[in-house]
Amino acid sequence: MKRALTCIVCPVGCSLEVELDGGKVMSVTGNTCPRGAKYAEAECTAPERTVTSTVRCTDGRILSVKTDRPIPKEKVAECMKIINNAIAPLPVCVGDVIIKDIFGSNVIATKNINAL
Amino acid sequence: MTDLVIIGGGPAGMSAAVAAYESGIRDILILERDDSLGGILKQCIHNGFGLHKFGEELTGPEYAWKYEQRVHELGIEYKLNTMVLSVSPDKVITATNTEDGIFTVEAKAIILAMGCRERSKGALNIAGSRPAGIFSAGTAQKFVNMEGYMPGKEVVILGSGDIGLIMARRMTLEGAKVKAVCELMPYSGGLARNIEQCLNDFDIPLRLSHTVVQIHGKERLEGVTIAKVDERRQPIAETREFIPCDTLLLSVGLIPENELSLGAGIDLDPVTNGPVVDQDRQTCIEGIYSCGNVLHVHDLVDYVSEEAEIAGKSAAEYISGMSGEKTNITLKTDGKIRYTVPSKITSKKDVKVYFRVADVYRNVKINVLSGGEVIFSKKKPKVAPGEMETVMLKKDMLENVSELSFELEVM
Repeated sequence: MKRALTCIVCPVGCSLEVELDGGKVMSVTGNTCPRGAKYAEAECTAPERTVTSTVRCTDGRILSVKTDRPIPKEKVAECMKIINNAIAPLPVCVGDVIIKDIFGSNVIATKNINAL
Repeated sequence: MTDLVIIGGGPAGMSAAVAAYESGIRDILILERDDSLGGILKQCIHNGFGLHKFGEELTGPEYAWKYEQRVHELGIEYKLNTMVLSVSPDKVITATNTEDGIFTVEAKAIILAMGCRERSKGALNIAGSRPAGIFSAGTAQKFVNMEGYMPGKEVVILGSGDIGLIMARRMTLEGAKVKAVCELMPYSGGLARNIEQCLNDFDIPLRLSHTVVQIHGKERLEGVTIAKVDERRQPIAETREFIPCDTLLLSVGLIPENELSLGAGIDLDPVTNGPVVDQDRQTCIEGIYSCGNVLHVHDLVDYVSEEAEIAGKSAAEYISGMSGEKTNITLKTDGKIRYTVPSKITSKKDVKVYFRVADVYRNVKINVLSGGEVIFSKKKPKVAPGEMETVMLKKDMLENVSELSFELEVM
């Protein structure tokens, strides 16, 4: 079975074609770098996405956050629920862990907010 | 007298400042109208920035922070909440803020890095009423990502540029239902990967060759009528379709913000709406440079930084009185290629030429001609208006050349 994908690793966005045999990736074509093959493999077996969102701080201001590594794609909605229930303490710096260990990643701050 | 004044503290302004510092200039002042440095990156909380520049995938705020740290480390001076009112041809800047009142700064060199703004609803002429619930995509992005407010629950997006696509995903993640993204053109103006991860991941339909023809609702938006368009981009009446929604986001293009440039008497390019510049990003006024989205709209911030470094370094050389071997070469395009930046070459050095094409073309050859003879050629499987292309011209290719013609050959 063949599956067509668009690589999302970088802005080039290569059109990939994956040859699958019973869920197993046999070959990847169309990629212009090794990351494309890796992406295609993951996308066909265990797709992952990095989640970026916002968390409210204790004083109501808005902090941008991200998962520090991609999480399973089917967990994105659940991850958003957890993120939306979190409250970040102040002050906060880029890289501070806001939520520990969800779906194999940490949710970290992507900006600085000073305490007032 | 200040050596270098940079107008705008976004990615272009900060990169230019750092590059000028690294080229030996110490007396630098950045003027920024917002309350912090970083520009539009601050609201672009998604990832995908910095792969070229830093070799890692960063979010907008993180990318901005890398440069902000450099600005702090180097002790580059900046004024926030400061609005520049005018720039004169002899490089006097008039600005205002609540601490200094109205003040002037005389500069040896100026870098214009004011960025761009969104095309608004007014520019579109959509029929119907004018209820609440219609936002430009960037405004909605600021509400959601910086203020923490959701603009609505049921959304239609007009325009499939990257900001529209990114907002389709963002609104969906925050619980809204994005019913459709309509695109006037038969192709999307956004990156392929954003169609994949922002629309396809969430089964959001992309309606190519469709536009919004009517707005419904009195106090609040109640829906839009969309229609398919023909080859001349005219709506086809029998394809009209009503979509109930409370929010319409417009992602219909960006316009470089060149009021200050015009006021200074700088020539603008009618295609890019940005200043006409040479390879150093110098405008028609000696010592005034331009870079980033005020010069032409970029698809990647990494390219903005790259361009701003050229402007910063060149401004530093100008201030120090350095100059290279002069030449005078005009860059022309064939229409399939819409524009090039720079559009003229005035100094003999290696020049990276950036350009955009007018349509989607497959299996093309990009040819650079001098006097009817091809002096450079490269093949591409596909080019699209949403993706900036580049050609590297080596210094030795510029010998005895007065005009370079950029042509796209479809094979």
